[in-house]
Amino acid sequence: MTINSAELPTPKMSASSAGKPTGFSLPRMLLNIVLAFWAALVVFPMLWLLYTSFKTDKEIFFSPWSLPAALQWDNYVRGWVDAHIGDYFLNSFIVVLPSLALILGLSAMTAYVLARFPFPGNRIIFYGFMAGMLFPVFLALIPLFFLVKDLGMLNSFPGLILVYTAYSLPFSVFFLTGFFKTLPSELHEAAIIDGANQFQVFFRVMLPLAQPGLLSIGIFNFLGMWNQYLLPLVLMSDAKHYVLTQGLAYMLHQQYYQNDWSALFAAVSMIMIPTLLVYSIFQSQIQKGITVGALKG
Amino acid sequence: MYRNKYRLIVPFLIPSLLLYVTFVLYPYGRAMYISLTQWRGLSKPPVFIGLENFSKMLGDSNFWNALGNNAFYIITLPLFTIGLALFFAFVLTQGARFARFYRITFFFPQVMSMVAIGVLWSFVYHPTIGFLNSFLKLVGMSDPPVWLGNPDYVLSALSGVAVWQAVGFFMVLFIAAMESIPATYYEAAMIDGATQWNIFWNITIPLIWGTVQTALIFIMIEATSMFTITQTMTEGGPSRGSEVLSTYLYHEAFINSNFGYGTAIAVALFFLTLLISVILTRLLRRESLEF
Repeated sequence: MTINSAELPTPKMSASSAGKPTGFSLPRMLLNIVLAFWAALVVFPMLWLLYTSFKTDKEIFFSPWSLPAALQWDNYVRGWVDAHIGDYFLNSFIVVLPSLALILGLSAMTAYVLARFPFPGNRIIFYGFMAGMLFPVFLALIPLFFLVKDLGMLNSFPGLILVYTAYSLPFSVFFLTGFFKTLPSELHEAAIIDGANQFQVFFRVMLPLAQPGLLSIGIFNFLGMWNQYLLPLVLMSDAKHYVLTQGLAYMLHQQYYQNDWSALFAAVSMIMIPTLLVYSIFQSQIQKGITVGALKG
Repeated sequence: MYRNKYRLIVPFLIPSLLLYVTFVLYPYGRAMYISLTQWRGLSKPPVFIGLENFSKMLGDSNFWNALGNNAFYIITLPLFTIGLALFFAFVLTQGARFARFYRITFFFPQVMSMVAIGVLWSFVYHPTIGFLNSFLKLVGMSDPPVWLGNPDYVLSALSGVAVWQAVGFFMVLFIAAMESIPATYYEAAMIDGATQWNIFWNITIPLIWGTVQTALIFIMIEATSMFTITQTMTEGGPSRGSEVLSTYLYHEAFINSNFGYGTAIAVALFFLTLLISVILTRLLRRESLEF
């Protein structure tokens, strides 16, 4: 991208035109209706899901629109306990948190070295990592399954953690290399003159300065892994180790035999509500974190 | 400054290189070989058969059916997603009311997992419990379609979900690009009597063209996959009506144990993605505007 908003004097149209009726040539009314319609299209299905999750199965079947006659909290208990949503949540955390720590640590170390130390092979390693972004994960899927199987790590948390980490490296290294390149080298020199060794420079000086970059890459990877479905589907076939996305898909496919719709509605709500809360608090950081992949691409 | 640098470089690089080569590069390389083999079982080794998998693919009606379904998404997803996202981004940067609220709301589906979205929309489309059909009946449609159970409607239904999910993401991307256009450009155009329509086509679009290009490639890549939505909502059904290459190769490999053929489809999918990216980049190339 050639656009750099920081260098531009008045970035926002609305700032200069506020108060003046700039006037749409399309009727304003129509635009507002379209916007409101799309907002309703986003909000209503979720709202419907939420209030339906408190209904009985009978109500769900015979009056899809109506509000619940009484709040069926029991749906949530069945979803959390009997349908194992609680276990799936735990499994997701067990996989995603260590993966995230590994990715942030490893990609920061790798990116730092590639960004700031000239040595033979530096470029080859950098482009080697970049190559990983070119291929769709489907291409690796079948050999990956057999590799993980041969390593005895199918159906194991460490197996999935290592795979998540490995597949997150290319973009994270790419992003953080760019980031470390922008840090001033005077700081590095000053610290060395003050008697710090290379490790101290990294951990005490460079890593703290890289925090904004680590935050973006952290949000990007957290959501990517939390919502990942393909890799656990192939590598975790034991229902006890299902992560949240697998558990949810499994519940949906089970409905054709079991017919406990109310518990399923409750399960989806339990997954949606924390996401909604976290998003409403950190929405601007999250928007930045997610779109970072495309803006730098 | 670089004293003893290898003491840092080596331990900092080795762990990530090891992970990356083992779990990423090696499987990609191995896929090329496996696509040239017949490999039926977990215990039996792969047998080299040359290009046989690929010639089988040419005569495989299921493969062409899946490719056709991908083609449907390759046309509909960019058209509706990018179209709507550009429209919303433009309106919201031009000082529409409640712009902040709309921006936050429209983006939300992007944060939810595709599986949760798939389950939610399976409910919405459901012929008895879903609100969509009971709404359609309410407004007078006597026999609304079974969206996910009818091969004539299933692709449109899934495509709708994908668009619903993606519009907010691309809108935020376009807003970021549009906000960096200097306001003076718009002011000058308005003094010259340009309409909003003119401004959109002659100022906004050319100045954010780079972002539009990136966005098109992103959405195309999604259109060539569509795995999670399809696998969650229909598993490729009814009667392969929504099967795409990614779900087809998944079923061939992990349900039917045709690992060689499944990998060959993955290779075809890779070249399809590559081809589309190259064609798009060529078609969309314009002189980039610096400002």
